[in-house]
Amino acid sequence: MIADLTRTERLWAMLILGALGLVGLAMAIGGRNDLLGIHGWIVLAAGLGGFVAVMRGRDAPEPNPERLNEYYDAPTRVGLILTLLWAVVGMGVGFWVAALLAWPDMTFDVPWLSFGRLRPVHTSGVIFGFGGNALIATSFHVLQRTTRARLPDQISPWFVLLGYNLFCVIAASGYLMGLTQSKEYAEPEWYADIWLVIVWVVYFAIYMRTLARRKEPHIYVANWYYMAFILVVAILHIVNNLAVPVSFGSAKSYSLFSGVQDAMTQWWYGHNAVAFFLTAGFLGMMYYYLPKRAGRPIFSYRMSIISFWGITFMYMWAGSHHLHYTALPHWVQTLGMAFSVVLLVPSWASAGNALLTLNGAWHKVRDDAVLRFMALAAIFYGITTFEGSFMAIRAVNSLSHYTDWTIGHVHAGALGWVAMITFGSLYSIVPSMFKRERIYSQKLVEVHFWLALSGTVIYVFAMWNSGVIQGLMWRTYTESGGLTYSFIDSLVAMHPYYIARAFGGLLFLLGALVALYNVIMTIRMPAPAPDDAALDIPVQPAMQAGE
Amino acid sequence: MFGLHYNLERSAVGLVAFIVLVASIGGLIEIAPLFTIDETVEQAPDMRVYTPLEVAGRNIYIREGCYACHSQMIRTLRDEVERYGPYSLAVESSYDHPQLWGSKRTGPDLARLGNKYSDAWHTTHLNNPRDLVPESKMPAYRWLLRDQLQADDLGEHLAALRAVGVPYTDEQIANASLDAYGQANPDSAAAGGVAERYGDATNIRLFDGEATRLTDMDALVAYLQVLGNLTDAAHQPQPEAE
Repeated sequence: MIADLTRTERLWAMLILGALGLVGLAMAIGGRNDLLGIHGWIVLAAGLGGFVAVMRGRDAPEPNPERLNEYYDAPTRVGLILTLLWAVVGMGVGFWVAALLAWPDMTFDVPWLSFGRLRPVHTSGVIFGFGGNALIATSFHVLQRTTRARLPDQISPWFVLLGYNLFCVIAASGYLMGLTQSKEYAEPEWYADIWLVIVWVVYFAIYMRTLARRKEPHIYVANWYYMAFILVVAILHIVNNLAVPVSFGSAKSYSLFSGVQDAMTQWWYGHNAVAFFLTAGFLGMMYYYLPKRAGRPIFSYRMSIISFWGITFMYMWAGSHHLHYTALPHWVQTLGMAFSVVLLVPSWASAGNALLTLNGAWHKVRDDAVLRFMALAAIFYGITTFEGSFMAIRAVNSLSHYTDWTIGHVHAGALGWVAMITFGSLYSIVPSMFKRERIYSQKLVEVHFWLALSGTVIYVFAMWNSGVIQGLMWRTYTESGGLTYSFIDSLVAMHPYYIARAFGGLLFLLGALVALYNVIMTIRMPAPAPDDAALDIPVQPAMQAGE
Repeated sequence: MFGLHYNLERSAVGLVAFIVLVASIGGLIEIAPLFTIDETVEQAPDMRVYTPLEVAGRNIYIREGCYACHSQMIRTLRDEVERYGPYSLAVESSYDHPQLWGSKRTGPDLARLGNKYSDAWHTTHLNNPRDLVPESKMPAYRWLLRDQLQADDLGEHLAALRAVGVPYTDEQIANASLDAYGQANPDSAAAGGVAERYGDATNIRLFDGEATRLTDMDALVAYLQVLGNLTDAAHQPQPEAE
C-alpha cells in the first residue's frame, strides 16, 4: 500500500496524518472532561499509527512507473474487505438487538449493551459501514473502467476510504458511549459530521478529476447515479446536521431546527438517505455489474435516463410521507404522498430495465449464483419500491406507521436489494481484483445465496405479520365503542414474530460470514501464471454510452 | 429532448449543475415555507421552557436512545386520541432541538406522559420495567439511580439552546446548575429560585426518592413528568380529530 505511493505522495501522506494526529490531540485536551476526549484519543491513535506506518515505508523504492498504465485498484481491494467486515459487525449487532426485543434482560446492567445504544450501531453499521464501503469500493472500480482513465492520484482514494472508515468508527463507538444527536441515521455528533464533509469533498473531487481525464466522450450511466449519490448526500448531510455545539470541549450539540421544521428536515434527509445513499449509489452498481455479468447490454438506455431524472427530482419531495397525520401542515403531507406514488414510475423503470436486460440470459441466472444475487436484487427493488409507494398513501400509512411493518419494508430493501446487489457485485469482481482465476468456492456462493434469500423471506414475513397485527390491534374497538386491546396486549402478540425475526437475521448473518470466508480463501489461493495476471486489462464498458 | 441529453452526458460540470438543480426543487418548496408561514405553528402564550434539570433529563433520554422505541407525536386519529390524549400540536415541540417525534412504537407514545404516573412508579419502572409490567420488553436502566448527574455545565447547555432560539434569560443561564439541584431537592434553599424563574407550576420534588444525591434518574423522571405539560394549548378546543 505504501510502496504504491511516490516519495512526494508519502510526504503528503505523513503531513495529512500528522495534522490528523494534532487534531486528535486538541480534541483529547479540549474534551478531557467529556466523552469527546475519548474520541480525541481514537483520532490521535489513527493519525499517529498511520504516520508511523508511512514513515517506516518512506525509504522504500519508488513504484514502477508502468503502474500508470493500469487502473489503481488497491483502494478497491481494501474497500471490499472492509465492506465484508462491516457487514459482519452491522448484521451481527442487528441479530443481537433483534434478540434483545425478544429477551430484554440480556442488557446485563451494562449501559453500552442496552437496546437504545446498540440499535444505531446496527443501522449505521449496515447503512454506512457495509453500504458506504461497498459504494466507495465499487465506485472507484466502475469509474475507472467506464472512463478508461486511472484515478487522478494515489493519496486521495486512500484518504476517502480510510477517512470514511474513521468516521464510521467514531460514529459507532460514540453510540456505545451514548453520544448521539438522536436524528435517525444522522446520529453522529457535530465533529464527526464536519469530518465527513471533508472526506466527502475529496470524494467528489476524485470523481470530477477522473471524469476530466476520461477517454470516453460520454459519461456512462452508472456514473450519473454515483454522482447524484455523492452530491445529494452532501446537501442532505450538511443541511440536516446544522447544529450549535455546547462548547468546543463538548461532544453535545443542539440542532439549529426545532419541532415541526426539524421533523420535516429530518425526514427530508431520512427519506433521501434511502433515495441517494441506498438507491442511487446501488443503482449505479447495478447498471454496471448486472449487464457485465449477464454479458448483455442494458435493455434500454433511454429508460435509464428517464429513471435517473425521475428519481433525482421526485424523491426529494417524498420525505413528508413519514409525517402523515402529525402536526406537519396538511399540504406538505399531501405533496409527499402524491410524489411518493408517482415515484413508482422511475423506480420500476430501473427494476424493469434490469430484468429485461436479463432476457436471453435467464439460463445464466439459473446456473450462476452471482448473477442470481443481482437478478433477485432487482426483483426486491421492484417489490420494495411498490410497497414504499403504497405505504405512503395516507390511509395505509395510518395503519402501518409506528409499527413493525415499516421495519419489514426497510429490511426488504436493505437485505433484498442493497445487500444482494452488493454481494453480487462483490463476488463478480473479487477474483479479478485479487488476480485470481476464480472465486475459491462456487458452492459456498450458492450456500450464501440460499441463506440470504431464506433469511430475507423469514425476516420480512415476520415483520409484515407483526406490523399489520400491531396496527390492527391498536385500532380495534369493542361493540360498546371502547378500545379492545391495551398497548401491552399488542406487545405480547409480537413475541413469536420477534423470535422469527431474530432467526431470519441470523441466517442472513451466517451468509455474510460465508462470504467473508470465501473471499479470504480466494485471496489465499495461489496466483495464476504471470501471463494470466493480465486478466484485468482496460476493457470496454458493457455497453457503449450514448448509443 | 434526447439531443439535449446527448450533450449533457458529455459534460461533467453540466451534469453536476443539473443534478443539484433538479434535486433542490422539492426540498425548497416543502421546507422553506415552514419557517415563514404563520399557520405552521400555533400561538401558545402559556408555553414555558424546559428547566435545566429537564434539559439534562432530555439529554439522557436521547443518550439512551429512548426515541427508537417511543414516539412523542399523537396523530389525529380517533384511536390514538382515545388511547393517549389530545393529538399533538406543532407548538408543543417548538422548543425541542431536535424534535423527538420518533418513527416507531415498540413501546407506547409518550407525548402526554407527564403527571400520568407517580415519580415512584417511573423510578421503579426505569430501574426494572418487569417489576411493574411483567410482559415489558424495555431494557432495565439500573445505572440511572447509581450515576450522579453531571450538572456543572448546564449553563453552557442553556446558552447553546438560546443560540438556536429558545428564550432563556441571562438569569436562568447563570443559575442553571443551582436550579437543577434545587428542583430535585424541595427542602433546599435553591428550590425557591426554580419556582421564581420557571413558574409555580414547575414540579419541584424528590424525583428519585432520595435527597442526598442528584442522579440521572432525577433528571430523566423530571423530564418525563413534564411531557405534554409545557403548554395547555392541546387541551383547548381544536378542530375535530379525523
